[in-house]
Amino acid sequence: MSDAPLPDASSDPLLPQALSGWFAQRGWQMHPHQRDMLARAADPALLLIAPTGGGKTLAGFLPTLAELSDGRHKGLHTLYISPLKALAADIRRNLSTPIEEAGLPIRVEDRTGDTPSSRKKRQRADPPHILLTTPESLALLTSYEDAPRIFAGLQRVVIDEIHALAESKRGDQLFLALSRLQALCPDLRRVGLSATVEDPASVARLLARHPDPCEILTADPGPDPDIRMLQVEAPPPWSGGGAAYAIPEVLAQIRQHRTTLVFHNTRAQAEIFFHNLWLANEEGLPIGIHHGSLDRTQRERVERAMAHGRLRAVVCTGSLDLGIDWGDVDLVIQIGAPKNVKRLVQRIGRANHRYNAPSKALLVPANRFEVVECEAALEAVQDHDLDGEPRGPGPLDVLCQHILIRACAGPFDAGTLYHEVITAGPYAALSRDSFDACLAFCATGGYALRVYDQWQRLQQRPDGDWQLRDPRAAQLIRMNIGTIIDHDLLKVRLKSTHGRPLGEIEEGFAASLSPGDTFLIGGRIVRYEGLRETTVEVTRNAARKPKVATFAGTKFATSTQLSQRILRLLQQESWPNLPAHTAEWLTLQRAVSRLPEPGRLLIETFHHDGREHLVAYGFAGRNAQQTLGLLLTKRMEEMGLAPLGFVATDYATLIWGLEATPDPAPLFDLARLREGLDQWLTTNAVMKRTFRDSAQIAGLIQRNTPQARKTGRQATFSSDILYDTLAKYDPDHLLLRITRTEAMRGLIDFARLEDLAARTAGRIDHVALSRVSPFAAPLFLEMGRIPIDGAGRDRLEEEETRRLMEKAGLSPPS
Amino acid sequence: MSHYAFTLAGARLVALGSGALHWPDRRLLCVSDLHLGKSERTARRGGGTLPPYETIDTLARLDRDLALTQATTVVCLGDSFDDTEAAHALDDKTRAWIARLQAGRRWVWIEGNHDPGPVDMGGSHLNALPAPPLTFRHIARTGASGEVSGHYHPKARISAGGRTVTRRAFLLDSDRLILPAYGTYTGGLHSSDAALTGLMRPEALAILTGETPRPIPMPR
Repeated sequence: MSDAPLPDASSDPLLPQALSGWFAQRGWQMHPHQRDMLARAADPALLLIAPTGGGKTLAGFLPTLAELSDGRHKGLHTLYISPLKALAADIRRNLSTPIEEAGLPIRVEDRTGDTPSSRKKRQRADPPHILLTTPESLALLTSYEDAPRIFAGLQRVVIDEIHALAESKRGDQLFLALSRLQALCPDLRRVGLSATVEDPASVARLLARHPDPCEILTADPGPDPDIRMLQVEAPPPWSGGGAAYAIPEVLAQIRQHRTTLVFHNTRAQAEIFFHNLWLANEEGLPIGIHHGSLDRTQRERVERAMAHGRLRAVVCTGSLDLGIDWGDVDLVIQIGAPKNVKRLVQRIGRANHRYNAPSKALLVPANRFEVVECEAALEAVQDHDLDGEPRGPGPLDVLCQHILIRACAGPFDAGTLYHEVITAGPYAALSRDSFDACLAFCATGGYALRVYDQWQRLQQRPDGDWQLRDPRAAQLIRMNIGTIIDHDLLKVRLKSTHGRPLGEIEEGFAASLSPGDTFLIGGRIVRYEGLRETTVEVTRNAARKPKVATFAGTKFATSTQLSQRILRLLQQESWPNLPAHTAEWLTLQRAVSRLPEPGRLLIETFHHDGREHLVAYGFAGRNAQQTLGLLLTKRMEEMGLAPLGFVATDYATLIWGLEATPDPAPLFDLARLREGLDQWLTTNAVMKRTFRDSAQIAGLIQRNTPQARKTGRQATFSSDILYDTLAKYDPDHLLLRITRTEAMRGLIDFARLEDLAARTAGRIDHVALSRVSPFAAPLFLEMGRIPIDGAGRDRLEEEETRRLMEKAGLSPPS
Repeated sequence: MSHYAFTLAGARLVALGSGALHWPDRRLLCVSDLHLGKSERTARRGGGTLPPYETIDTLARLDRDLALTQATTVVCLGDSFDDTEAAHALDDKTRAWIARLQAGRRWVWIEGNHDPGPVDMGGSHLNALPAPPLTFRHIARTGASGEVSGHYHPKARISAGGRTVTRRAFLLDSDRLILPAYGTYTGGLHSSDAALTGLMRPEALAILTGETPRPIPMPR
């Protein structure tokens, strides 16, 4: 708060008496942006960009409090949507303070997946004035037949953390739900609250009813953050994300500050770091851990302890990126390269919720390469150079789900629904043909072979409206609302005990384990013994390092802007800003091989450990480097080079195989790579993974069923089979088109490969080495290796079956 | 040809990479758990409209195996249809295809738990087929010998070159053979499941299906 003399808040014409009295009583004055929000309360759409701690949420609610203060409004007035369940509950507590102290006649309730069903029922019958909820719970509410009655009288919708929602399918679903609400309540006004973003206008376009205008209000961003690299005595390791080397210095920082948030990019890394931090925490500082795969009760315990100031630090992931007001956080430590400058800036904002005080943050690179990346990120933050990739048009799998949700609420006219949908920002450019294809998919599956006329999901009534054939289908559709795909999780248990499970791992990860593999779960190292039905059996293991990293959490790709900064940084003559160990590593790479350059593509080849290797330093981000790996190995397979697998990082792809590549230049003809792309696309694992997610969102596969899983595992079969069948018999099917689009812009990220091709334009530097180069060495320690099913693999499998049979004393028949 | 030859109770048998069993001496081909009509049944029960191509895909593979083996007897080892209604709901084209496959061949439908009653399709319907020294039935019985059965949809894993793959598998010991599911829309049960480890002798083999069927000691 500034010390300037306060204007008399009680005379503010925008505030009702009770509220200005409350402000005055507290000695507060409204921030300029709060006043602006009140002044523009009648706007159909309004976007507020404000830093954390700027009274953003109150700014969003002030018009609601003002409009409700006379007690005349009946029923629902304002919907508040937040991406986090916990945030909804937190806001309810925060709002109750001004409401109670100013004596306003306002009822506030939250409604999320965790709300007991008795209360949900009551909320439908008698909605509060202000309902705090999530996109999924809102979508569910719109699916009820009595939705028009529930939302009757609704005036405002406030979307918190809209910048986070705008980047995901949860946002697409939310904006579709808003189009539905707007049809029910034509006077509905929309407000979005956002952290700093690179392109506010694009967020505003999503928020507003298309083509309504949307005013953007920007609060004072406050002073620049105080951000630097943590000085650590020991050099970082060559690879990995653990940052264990920095434990003593991180502990020292925790000691010196009131409350520290220690951010990690993945859950697995947070687990490992917490484990190590705890081992070194001799004085027993209270430190907690918070991430998405932890049990809800455990997360809530940490949140409560944090709110009461009982914790000195929380090791966390993106699960704490958003909203909850932690009060006394005075330091943010980012472990591992931030990958994305915008997210880094938003994370830094978590420290110091006092407006107009600089946030304090420290970066801790987890390995040698990340030192370079952190340095580039620091420069970007200083230059206010935020990164972001524009999002494409709204995905059709989400639209399919929206159509099914609409059908649950009662019969609808296709034309009316289409015109409703194109008022949603992400779908403003949707063609009627695409809409009809989605409707056909929802109705009959949309197959070239028409067989479901008798059993179609939606059918057209004589009056032309569409409705569910079997009204009981609504239950199944409602159970599967949402766009967050949780992959099947298996419980992990110690063998020979029937105690509490240690935690859960993804089924796909479990399937990749062989007996004897060790991995980390819940802070301890265990050895994989086998799978018993749906339980992973493990034994305790004294190993110091797990052999396999738990596959969980998102792996973000380093943004284009940051990658370009890194390449420019590598061109320097010397690196006085970098720690000596890293500068020496770069110098060595320059001497032994060469440093990658912005306009050229560096390729290294060498023999190592019985295999031939090739490294391509594309700096195109993890997803595009992975695609490059898939495309290159396909070409190598055709050329008889017997590739066995590859691994991709944000800056390079490492391929290994049985045969050497004498001249790699022809491999990199991207035009030729592109020719094979479509055919290649249909058979690769990335597509199958993308298909699985889209098929669930679009409602082809239902994960949740009332008779859930009682039938045992042989009854379920993998979505890969559905994918293969569709690709073979119905290659133009809507879901395959959706999968292709999604994969191209998501996991495949072909656009960045095309950037790479344009940038390097055939300027390839091939360095044939006699051994592993300084830059290549860390790649050997990378997790997430992708195998190639080809001639090389078949040779190895043949050898292994022979070995197993001989070991068992069984001879294969001749 | 991609196959794995072995003997059971003195009968010389061949496991095909497709998951079918060939008995050359009797010119017999045996397939299990076709689950024809699965997508129709799923839709009927409100579970969504799966791509309706699994029946033609399954029949196309069976067609190929028949052409390959020139078998004159076909034994479908039960759960040939996802349920009896699904069998009745097959369209005319599919029925004609099945009839074409049956022409000039002895065709036996063994009853399974999904298709316990007779279906209105050619061929004989049996609870089990004794064909000494072998007996064909849907679900394995403890204490039986020379028994060929299905039902469990067995699959097994192998790790090679740092990677684990799961494949549908035949399970074989000196008493019995359990066939993998042949139908396109079928999942599997790991050979390490108690239901299978309890049934198979300790020295049992799992014959992995795929391009080249390969035997390994049955993973437990």
